[in-house]
Amino acid sequence: MNRLREKFAELKSSGGKALVFYLMAGDPDIPTTLDIIKGLDESGVDAIELGIPFSDPMADGPSIQAAAHRALGKGMTVRKCLDLVRSVREFSSIPIVLMTYFNPILHYGIERFAKDAVDAGADATILTDLSPEEAKDWVSASKRNDLGTIFLVAPTSTNERIKRAGDISTGFVYCVSRTGVTGAQSDTPTDLPTLVNRVKSMVGAPVCVGFGISEPRHVEEITRYADGAVVGSALVNLITKHQGSEKLIGEVKKYAMAMKNATRHDETPPRT
Amino acid sequence: MLPDLLGHFGDFGGRYVPETLVPALDELASEYEKAIADEWFMRELDGYLKDYVGRPTPLYYASRLTETLGGARIYIKREDLCHTGAHKINNAIGQALLAKRMGKRRVIAETGAGQHGVATATACALFGIDCEVYMGEEDIHRQALNVYRMKLLGAKVVPVTSGTKTLKDATSEAIRDWVTNVRTTHYIIGSVIGPHPYPRIVRDFQSVIGKETRRQCLEKEGRLPNAIIACVGGGSNSMGIFYPFIADKEVRLIGVEAAGKGLDSGEHCATLTAGEPGVLHGCKSFLLQNEDGQVSLTHSISAGLDYPGVGPEHSYLKTSGRAEYYSITDMEALEGFKILAEKEGLIAALESSHAMAHLMKLAPTMDKETYVVLNLSGRGDKDMDTICKVLQIGL
Ligand SMILES: Cc1ncc(COP(=O)(O)O)c(C=O)c1O
Repeated sequence: MNRLREKFAELKSSGGKALVFYLMAGDPDIPTTLDIIKGLDESGVDAIELGIPFSDPMADGPSIQAAAHRALGKGMTVRKCLDLVRSVREFSSIPIVLMTYFNPILHYGIERFAKDAVDAGADATILTDLSPEEAKDWVSASKRNDLGTIFLVAPTSTNERIKRAGDISTGFVYCVSRTGVTGAQSDTPTDLPTLVNRVKSMVGAPVCVGFGISEPRHVEEITRYADGAVVGSALVNLITKHQGSEKLIGEVKKYAMAMKNATRHDETPPRT
Repeated sequence: MLPDLLGHFGDFGGRYVPETLVPALDELASEYEKAIADEWFMRELDGYLKDYVGRPTPLYYASRLTETLGGARIYIKREDLCHTGAHKINNAIGQALLAKRMGKRRVIAETGAGQHGVATATACALFGIDCEVYMGEEDIHRQALNVYRMKLLGAKVVPVTSGTKTLKDATSEAIRDWVTNVRTTHYIIGSVIGPHPYPRIVRDFQSVIGKETRRQCLEKEGRLPNAIIACVGGGSNSMGIFYPFIADKEVRLIGVEAAGKGLDSGEHCATLTAGEPGVLHGCKSFLLQNEDGQVSLTHSISAGLDYPGVGPEHSYLKTSGRAEYYSITDMEALEGFKILAEKEGLIAALESSHAMAHLMKLAPTMDKETYVVLNLSGRGDKDMDTICKVLQIGL
């Protein structure tokens, strides 16, 4: 957890904005996931959201659904995901947020998972279908083990709900950019700045925006008003496209650097 | 009274959904409360149930079946006589009226057997609402008749090709649509599953079955039945007939799940019999899952029972001991189908045939003085292809 908190503290003091990448653990296989995380770390990416595959990802669009099924097809399990985090810790201290649905965690045992996740070197979790109302036990177990909990807020959230999500989120609050499932989109919603500003006025934690972000211009725009941007499906698509090719890591790094550059506003020349 | 304000039935139920949907669920819950307190709404609903659906459905004394099985006397609650051929319309009409009340111009639904899809398409045609139905590709093939019906009713049928291509994936796809279009769309869930307030709303709309049954039993027999038997997929026809009897402890409530090719084969969907508590599609309930918390692949000859989850209130009734649950294989269900056809002239849905098959085991063990009610949740026209193939009946 401290890695995530420190990262945001560091960004705050340097005036930087966070770029977070999501990828599915074990898609296409564990060694490749490790290589990709290494490449992302070397490209200046600030944090990793590592997907633990679930058979029924109801908040995910086709890209991440397919990635989850590929990973499960390769025999990925919760335990192997934690081992993967442990392997990352041999070469990197990049903050890692585990992202999945509640059932695999519930089945593993919530106290046991919180403990094992921290032992493996994870910093926080995002459980897409765990609403704050149902999260009491999970939040306590996470607190006891110093595992961060990140909750989502959405364009439909009331102010009261946003406050509540802020109260139980540590590290950052994840602001969903649009009503919809995950998936790369060509444009950011026009009402996004209003939403982000509403969320920021209501929560103390940093606010990162995700869902649909795929291009540097999206990151450039979003990091003008948010504390960070989360990119998921676009990276998953890139991994799928180059899977098995030796160009994969190079392509991932090129993309990650372009996206990270887009967060550095003072270095971007003014538009004419 | 259950559920509590957050939708819990003891340890089960609740609301496990992406944040985007929570405000819509809150709105639905509060709109539902207002609707059922609104006399005009309830009168409108009753009117449609009576004049359009054809309620009350009869409680029929099955004398030849009783004679053949040689034990408890058997009554059949004829939900197969509802307009569209199954109990699903009770809920679809209620929820479509709610959608209208909330000003939603578009409705989506998931369907397995196609009965809920047909019922929803029917209600939408009736009220002039746009309708899209998500249906697994495998179910589209095995329930083709219902696909034609939905299309003729003006609904769009969206084939779902992910996962098992059955009800589970159709439900996931419907939820994805709802997350995306939540501001304009009402999602009519077809069973007592999903996030709060759905399990309660669907139960309430379906409990018309049990209320009528209770009254009809008292009229015909002067006392309540010894047992009530219904099939359990998501659990709506069973919950609907059980609910008004829950306080009557002397009435056994018996739910029958699908054991597919047998519980040991791994190819079944007997959730309450063989599952463990878990979270799927918005609620905590029994769930068929593997040792890593991944949802299991299921099988049943009956598309309407082919689902790895079950309504949370059933999980509660099971763990509290108020209801009993058993399972019936594909082959046994076909025997249930045959006996109803041959002894009573009733072509039952494969789903309901599971309940009948269990009754074949149970009735002979019961005293002749006792009587039971079988909920015949639907008629079997949709299953003719499947059944005739297995029984090798040609033209
Ligand atoms: C005739 C019939 N009975 C039963 C079911 C199972 O659903 P439930 O358990 O919700 O009644 C279906 C579902 O499609 C059905 O069509």
